[in-house]
Amino acid sequence: MMRYLLPLGIFAVLAAFLWVGLGLNPREVPSPFIGKPAPAFELAQLHDAGAKFSPQQMRGKVWLLNVWASWCAACRDEHPLLVDLARRNVVPIVGLNYKDQREDGIRWLRRFGDPYMLSVFDPEGGVGIDYGVYGVPETFLIDRDGVIRYKRIGPITPKVLDEELLPRIKELQG
Amino acid sequence: MRRRFAIALLLFCASALASANPEQEARVKALSESLRCLVCQNQSIAESNADLAQDLRGQVERMVQSGATDDEIIGYMVERYGDFVLYKPPVKPSTYLLWAGPFLLLLAGMAVFVRVLARRNRAAADAPLSDEERHRLEALLQEDAEGERR
Repeated sequence: MMRYLLPLGIFAVLAAFLWVGLGLNPREVPSPFIGKPAPAFELAQLHDAGAKFSPQQMRGKVWLLNVWASWCAACRDEHPLLVDLARRNVVPIVGLNYKDQREDGIRWLRRFGDPYMLSVFDPEGGVGIDYGVYGVPETFLIDRDGVIRYKRIGPITPKVLDEELLPRIKELQG
Repeated sequence: MRRRFAIALLLFCASALASANPEQEARVKALSESLRCLVCQNQSIAESNADLAQDLRGQVERMVQSGATDDEIIGYMVERYGDFVLYKPPVKPSTYLLWAGPFLLLLAGMAVFVRVLARRNRAAADAPLSDEERHRLEALLQEDAEGERR
């Protein structure tokens, strides 16, 4: 009896580990930022090099920080969703224009619509490193106290928006 | 000829400048090799040519030059990218199985090995002869005895 049970048991354990392990998405690196204060920065705005923005200015508001670039194809995929979100006035969105050319960024927004309250310009990607950005687009949900509550790596899909982002925004705003 | 010499001299100066501090350079190299590139996941940031890897290499270099310790630099990266950037995962409850796993498997393998050996020894020692074996044994003994008598 043991002869058959033991291999069967080992097989079951292996199968369970593989089932879970292979189901994980290796691109979704658990972010160490959840529950931590959003790193401070001060950057010039995309449309107005003279004006500065720092996350401090958003204190008291629930907001999204969306990392985008004109060279990023996946950003184009999620862009209509952001435009729609902005039109419905659900949540203020700040864009972080990442490793881009200023003219390219501005032209891109003119062409595809500008859902951002404002965009900041990070041509060197320094703020990107501080936020642990490695795959554009990335989106951070930041609460009234300036704490990062959720991070999406990769484009926001309608499913992610409805199931993960909107409920969290509602909860934080409520 | 003179131009070629000038170019050679220039190259020599450039390489001398680049390796102004071999000790720091070695540290940058070692650190870069221990950090995983997040974009291309199976390469270290020393190997990868991805944009992000280049940026992170630059960051490591700047930090080394400004006198940060290895621990500070590793800490800086982990703070931003999580344990995932480390090729050598830290020992903590969620990784105990990872670290202990190979040794547990080795122990299990040894236990099975010892048991199989013991069982085989016991089988060889205690097993009574089957009828067939007994006939063969008798035949052999008889042959032997006949051989000696001759």
